Amino acid sequence: MTKQHANWSPYDNNGGTCVAIAGSDYCVIAADTRMSTGYSILTRDYSKIHKLADKAVLSSSGFQADVKALQKVLKSRHLVYQHQHNKQMSCPAMAQLLSNTLYFKRFFPYYAFNVLGGLDEQGKGCVFTYDAVGSYEKVGYSAQGSGSTLIMPFLDNQLKSPSPLLLPAQDAITPLSEPEAVDLVKTVFASATERDIYTGDKLEIMILKADGIRTEVMDLRKD
Amino acid sequence: MKLDTSGFETSMPTIGFGCSNDMLDGFSTVPSFDLPRTTDFDGFQKEAVQMVKPAKGTTTLAFIFKEGVMVAADSRASMGGYISSQSVKKIIEINPYMLGTMAGGAADCQFWHRNLGIKCRLHELANKRRISVSGASKLLANMLYSYRGMGLSVGTMIAGWDETGPGLYYVDNEGGRLKGDRFSVGSGSPYAYGVLDSGYKFDMSVEEASELARRSIYHATFRDGASGGVASVYHVGPNGWTKLSGDDVGELHYHYYPVPPAIAEQVMEEAAAE
Repeated sequence: MTKQHANWSPYDNNGGTCVAIAGSDYCVIAADTRMSTGYSILTRDYSKIHKLADKAVLSSSGFQADVKALQKVLKSRHLVYQHQHNKQMSCPAMAQLLSNTLYFKRFFPYYAFNVLGGLDEQGKGCVFTYDAVGSYEKVGYSAQGSGSTLIMPFLDNQLKSPSPLLLPAQDAITPLSEPEAVDLVKTVFASATERDIYTGDKLEIMILKADGIRTEVMDLRKD
Repeated sequence: MKLDTSGFETSMPTIGFGCSNDMLDGFSTVPSFDLPRTTDFDGFQKEAVQMVKPAKGTTTLAFIFKEGVMVAADSRASMGGYISSQSVKKIIEINPYMLGTMAGGAADCQFWHRNLGIKCRLHELANKRRISVSGASKLLANMLYSYRGMGLSVGTMIAGWDETGPGLYYVDNEGGRLKGDRFSVGSGSPYAYGVLDSGYKFDMSVEEASELARRSIYHATFRDGASGGVASVYHVGPNGWTKLSGDDVGELHYHYYPVPPAIAEQVMEEAAAE
C-alpha cells in the first residue's frame, strides 16, 4: 500500500518583510503591512511589529498565527520577569529568551522569521536576527522575510561594518544618523516592493530611542 | 498553631505532552519538547527540515600539539544557496578553559552548547572541581544520543585543558564520541585536512600552530562555497583559552598570494611619479 501523505499542512506563509538597523543611540525597526496567502491579499493593514518591552521590539514575518502565539508566550514570560525582578527585561535578555522559546519548539517549529531590535544596557542600538528554530546573532542590521534576499545585499553595500569576529575587535554599529537610517529604510522598502509580490501596501517604521518610541507610516505600492 | 502555607505552594504542572514548565527548570534532566501529533513523524520532520533549512556548510578544525589545543573555524552560515550570515560565531566558549565548535544546524549547536555550559557549571558547584573534557564531551554525547533519529544536526568538537592535560573529542548528533588529536568537521573539512595533515608536527610552537590552523581554514574557504567569512583561531593552554586571530579570508588571500602590479600599472606609476 502506498504511503499516504498529509493533504493538510499546519503551516502557511503570510509573506512580508522586516528590517532593523542599529545606531549609536537609536534603533529603527520597520516592516510592511501586507498579509497574504498564496496569491491573495488577506489585508493591507496588518502590523508585524510588536513592542515586547520598553527597550525591545520584535518584528516577525512568516506564518502570522505562529507569530501571534510566539508573541503571547514572550509577553507572558516578560510579565512574570517583571513581577520577579521589579524591572523590564533588557534587549539582550529578551534576545536569549526568544532563542530559547524558539528552540523549545525544535521538533514542531514556529514558522516565524524574527528580527529583534532595541537598546542595550548602555543605550546603544542592537539588532538580533534569528532563524526559525532559534539560532541568533547580534548584528548591526538585518532583513528577514520574502524581500530579505533583495534588501540584504543593498544594506551590506551601504552599512557593511567590520565583522565582530575580527581581531582587533571593531564595533558593529552603523555610522548613520537616525534620519539617514529612516531614509535608507524607506528607500529599501520602496525597491523591495517593486520586485517582491508579497511586500507592499504600507510601511510601518518604529524608531526606538532612550526617551521613547516614535512611529512613522509611509505608503507603498498597492499592486 | 498551624500556619497557613498555601501561599507558598506553586501550582504543579500536569504531566504529559504539551504542558511543560521546563523553561524554568529541568536542566538536569532531558528537557521535554512539544511533539507534533502525527502518525508520520519522520515525514513531518523531513518537511520541517526543508522549511527550517538549518544553516550548514562549515569548516572547523582542532588539533592537539605540544603547547595545547589549537581550534579554528570559518564564519559563514548558508541556507540552501543563500548566505544568511558571514559573521557567525562557530567557536563557542563553554567556559574559560573549554571550547566547542559548531557544524551542522546553527540553532542545535548554539542551544546544546549553552546547555552543556550550564551542566558543566552545575558539575563544578556540585563537585567542587572543574569537569574534565572527557566528562563534558560525554554529557553532550549522551544528551544527543537520547535525541537520535529526531533530526538534530550537530557535528562538534570539544576542546579543553583539564588535569590530564589537553583534551579533544569529536561528538555528533548520532551520539558518536571519538577521542583524537586531529579533527576537521564540515563541508570544507577535506580541504582543511589536506593542508593540516601535511603541515602537522607535534613539536610546533604556538605561532607555527596558529599559522597552520589559519592557513587550513583559508584553503577550505577558498575551495568550498559553503565556507567563508572570517577565519578565527583560538588556543587552549593550561590557563584557559585565548583568541589568537580573526582575519577576513578575502584579505588573507592577498596576504598569501599578493598580486604583483601589472607592467602597465608600473609604467603609469612611474609616469605619475615624475
